Amino acid sequence: MRERPNTIFAFLGGPQFRRWVFLSALMIFLVLPLLPLAIWSGAFNWFFPSLLPSVWSTRAWAYVFSPTAAILPALWNSAVIAGGTVAISLLIGIPAGRAIGLYDFRGKRLVEFLVLAPTIVPPLAVVLGIHVVFIRLGLADTMAGVILVHLIPVTPYVTMILAGVFANYDPEYEEQARTLGAGPLTTIWRVMLPSIFPGVVVAGLFAFLISWSQYVVTLLIGGGQVQTLPLLLYAFVRSGDFAISGAIAIVFIGPGVLMLILTARYLTGRNQSIGGLGGA
Amino acid sequence: MTGQEKKAFILLLPVMLVIGTLFVGGLLLGLLRSFNYMPVIGLDDPSLDAYARVFANDEFWTALALSLYISVVSTAIATVLAVASALVLRETFKGKRIVTFLFQLNLTIPHVVGAVAILLLLSQSGFLARLGYFGGLIERPSDFPAMVYDDWYLGVIVQYVWKETPFIGLITLAILQSVGADYEAVAQSLGANRWRRLTQVVLPLIAPGVMRAQIVAFAFTFGAFEVPYLLGKTFPTVLPVLAYQRYTDVDLGLRPEAMAMGIVIAAVSTVLILGYMALSRRLGRT
Repeated sequence: MRERPNTIFAFLGGPQFRRWVFLSALMIFLVLPLLPLAIWSGAFNWFFPSLLPSVWSTRAWAYVFSPTAAILPALWNSAVIAGGTVAISLLIGIPAGRAIGLYDFRGKRLVEFLVLAPTIVPPLAVVLGIHVVFIRLGLADTMAGVILVHLIPVTPYVTMILAGVFANYDPEYEEQARTLGAGPLTTIWRVMLPSIFPGVVVAGLFAFLISWSQYVVTLLIGGGQVQTLPLLLYAFVRSGDFAISGAIAIVFIGPGVLMLILTARYLTGRNQSIGGLGGA
Repeated sequence: MTGQEKKAFILLLPVMLVIGTLFVGGLLLGLLRSFNYMPVIGLDDPSLDAYARVFANDEFWTALALSLYISVVSTAIATVLAVASALVLRETFKGKRIVTFLFQLNLTIPHVVGAVAILLLLSQSGFLARLGYFGGLIERPSDFPAMVYDDWYLGVIVQYVWKETPFIGLITLAILQSVGADYEAVAQSLGANRWRRLTQVVLPLIAPGVMRAQIVAFAFTFGAFEVPYLLGKTFPTVLPVLAYQRYTDVDLGLRPEAMAMGIVIAAVSTVLILGYMALSRRLGRT
């Protein structure tokens, strides 16, 4: 492109200025919705048309951390469910990712279809059918039952991310370790896992985020007995208590943001397997 | 079975067990119940009555149309914003790291929280309405256009655009980076201007990948419950919420209808997976 004369008017009409305007608008669009949530969490009351609350208060935050409120137990439930879902999905997703990424076998297309299907078919359609069986197996209204249904939307993402990782994996190193006398477990632990580690971290992050944000399947299978943060958040929004809703929302966002900060270096756009799938 | 096939079989056994029992099993059970077939409670005469009742009901068609409308509009807007964002984010500029981080940040925010945030932002006494008051645009909350619980599901669409733009955008960014700048350089050396390089080189190259991301986003919004449940009207409502209402109705006789709606949602989604697979094959070839 031709160089423009370096004057302020050229800048205002130039590509750099247009980029600045576009990015500013985009950032405002992405961040602005979160602002009222944060303000509400510190508001005692905040009537129209005040731009800021007339009376500030720590009521919502005191409530969130008070031992008598239901919020800490819900946080714990959410953490146990997400932790269990991450662990199980990785345990079954790593071998499956290896098979899909590394090996050729008959029926591979069918396997890929079955793994992809739950990312497209909404969990609600599936859980309506499972519910009755879970009731009879005693899994309804339990944490275990909720973890099992969270596996439905989570496992496909974990498997496909790891399949992408294994597609770029060289099993020659394992051969070398074996010739040097390493047993199968040592080979997995000392050779395979370290080389796929960034992929495991990203898969784990997605598994956590997807499980952490499930609402309707937890509501149906947990039957209101398994209280997680999103369920509580809904209850407070419906009751019109926006201060406590805002505080819960911030607590609810926290772990995911923290995990993104911790794992951001693994999330480079260069990894096509991640880019090709992503998480909803 | 070859050695590789044997290994693959063993490695795939756990995942196939989980998907086979929970996902396929759940769908099949839903299908059986949608045929009003449930021997345990004495229903042993399969029929298509539930579908007949569902398809004869205007509420169902309205919900289906509403779901499709929301998914089409929000996915289309999100795609345009996402591709534009990705094209900007691939360039080098000051502050790129923080901008990219804020772009990713949105992915970690659960839809439930997004829905609450949009409610507090867009309701008639929400943050935007207050800004409008201070800007002298409105005087009363009722002057602010209704965007939540409204006929056009605007709040729901805004929330989806807000969540899906970074999702599609980051995938597009990854595709752009893997495609590289070589083709554009060639086009430029052949005399193609910016606009032609964009429309005739870049967009065709990234289109299959972007479409795959669109399908995932579309299917998600089509089957999602949380956002319209909080930001939409109770009547008329979208298909997943309608299915949920039927399922949790005190009248247990409505459950087969809920199942039938679940199956319709799954069927629409299945068509989408087939499209996704076809695109993947095309991607694999190029």
